[in-house]
Amino acid sequence: MADFKTAPADAPAGVKLMTWVDNRFPATKLFKEHMSEYYAPKNFNWFYIFGSLALLVLVIQIVTGIFLVMHYKPDAALAFASVEYIMRDVPWGWLIRYMHSTGASAFFVVVYLHMYRGLIYGSYRKPRELVWVFGCAIFLALMAEAFMGYLLPWGQMSYWGAQVIVNLFAAVPFVGPDLALLIRGDYVVGDATLNRFFSFHVIAVPLVLLGLVVAHIIALHEVGSNNPDGVEIKAKKDPKTGIPLDGIAFHPYYSVHDIFGVGLFLMVFCAIIFFGPELGGYFLEYNNFIPADPLKTPLHIAPVWYFTPYYSMLRATTDTMVNVLCVIVALAGVVSLLAVKGKARIAIAVGGIVAIALLKTFDAKFWGVVVMGGAVIILFVLPWLDNSPVKSIRYRPQWHKWLYGIFVVFFVVLGYLGIQPPSDLGTLVSQIGTLFYFGFFLLMPWWSTIGTFKQVPDRVNFTAH
Amino acid sequence: MSDSPVDQGRRTWVAMTAGAGALGGVAVAVPFVSSITPSERAKAAGAAVEADISALKPGEKMTVEWRGKPVWIVRRTKEQLDALKALDPQLADPDSKRNLDLTPDYARNTHRSIKDEVLVAVGICTHLGCSPSDKFATGAQPSLPDDWQGGFFCPCHGSTFDMAGRVFKNKPAPDNLEVPPHMYLSDSRLLIGEDKKA
Repeated sequence: MADFKTAPADAPAGVKLMTWVDNRFPATKLFKEHMSEYYAPKNFNWFYIFGSLALLVLVIQIVTGIFLVMHYKPDAALAFASVEYIMRDVPWGWLIRYMHSTGASAFFVVVYLHMYRGLIYGSYRKPRELVWVFGCAIFLALMAEAFMGYLLPWGQMSYWGAQVIVNLFAAVPFVGPDLALLIRGDYVVGDATLNRFFSFHVIAVPLVLLGLVVAHIIALHEVGSNNPDGVEIKAKKDPKTGIPLDGIAFHPYYSVHDIFGVGLFLMVFCAIIFFGPELGGYFLEYNNFIPADPLKTPLHIAPVWYFTPYYSMLRATTDTMVNVLCVIVALAGVVSLLAVKGKARIAIAVGGIVAIALLKTFDAKFWGVVVMGGAVIILFVLPWLDNSPVKSIRYRPQWHKWLYGIFVVFFVVLGYLGIQPPSDLGTLVSQIGTLFYFGFFLLMPWWSTIGTFKQVPDRVNFTAH
Repeated sequence: MSDSPVDQGRRTWVAMTAGAGALGGVAVAVPFVSSITPSERAKAAGAAVEADISALKPGEKMTVEWRGKPVWIVRRTKEQLDALKALDPQLADPDSKRNLDLTPDYARNTHRSIKDEVLVAVGICTHLGCSPSDKFATGAQPSLPDDWQGGFFCPCHGSTFDMAGRVFKNKPAPDNLEVPPHMYLSDSRLLIGEDKKA
């Protein structure tokens, strides 16, 4: 507890007011800790704008969402028409709705780039594991938020998208059908489903999301930001002030810097809202302008673009793929049997046989769900998979850069294939992509140590401009 | 921290109080979880529906709604029925044995129906619940094999079904299309949702 302070009698009114407040609530202390005396590395590049932008988009989504709820009706008979009412009759309703729908896609653009930044600069490495884990939880919550929000316009894509995703839960052995029933609240996706998704979308998930964002930022400010060189700036401090030599105050340096980034972002954001809010069917799918019809699936259904890489992995998991996975498990078992001695060998042999037995026992449909979920969950353990001696991609062997490049290409290709109708070639390519995705992460403990690493400097690379 | 010894009697009471509190918390969760299970109204909405198939011509399909799901009634042509027999080796479960709940006894045959030509099936893919589209035309077409004999194609994940709703091998859907309980009230009146057993 801080001592009670008294402002000098001749101090300006503002100082007196803040002294009064600070004695009761640590306003100045919080501002200093998180803004004016939070020291961030001075060598940030443009990749470091996306955290601030994600926060901006979150605010846009909350504010526009509040106003949309004033006109929207979460009722299967009224929902579609109420969205059209917002678009046509509510003054400026179209703008608010387009801000919200474009904001959803913008959120994922920004978050994917934010995560990629963390991936290549090793921002998840010790001591930032929890920053990363909270971030992954935000990503998961965001996916839930986007999925449930997508049901609300009650168009054809809303309806059939929800039908498919809720049925994913039905694939879980033993409890699946009951679980799907509990999610839907009815035997089919219907009014009950729409009502509860509305409740989750406007209150439950946003509360969780806000809590996680606070945890993410508190954890970040506790350990300090990483930077493109992966150098710990706290290791070299000014002996007099204790401030990192390579650190600059977040406010005003990065706050002003981020306002510039916000300006650029809003230009693109507004251009999309005003000139292409549907963005060729990628941000708002054309089939969703048809009211939901439980008797007829549109000829081609695909999730919105931000889910398609994972959707491709779901589609890739066929019976053939499960057989391939069995072979991989067997090979991995044989290799580890040769490498390990003693009792661990029995454990590996038993584990491998159990894994293959499970793979063959349950449907490929269930494993597709496991693959899709696993692709997101695997991100949580990334900090414990990477054994490379350096954090940043800058000091890694050249071939690591190629590997990260191929990873991005496969992720984009998987995303593209998820939008396309199913085809034999597409399935084959997405199977290869899925194996690469999981291989990238699961083999990382091994490959991340191989190659010649460059010497990491003591201080960050920075040229004043 | 105090150096005085722990009062074990008080510890026991603290543990019991915490345990009772936790039990209460779990008990409070029951009404909340129950509230999101299907309501009485949703449970009541499962009545059987009647369909008149007198106007259905060979090669045509009609759809009726039963429990919010599309139920297809297809009057198959002789060619379509003949093609079914040769398909067995290409099918995942030609005799509908995998999941007995999905096919009533009276439909567990090659044509999966009571009357040879009239197929009654729930038009919901057993994979993830999309409604497959009609692909009754035979021959090569996009997303289908070149020797296609007519059937259904699920646009979501590419599962294919023959004219009896039987799923082809190595497709995402694990089971044949569900045949709902149904019976004929007369030659042209069909009751979907109930059969003689029920």
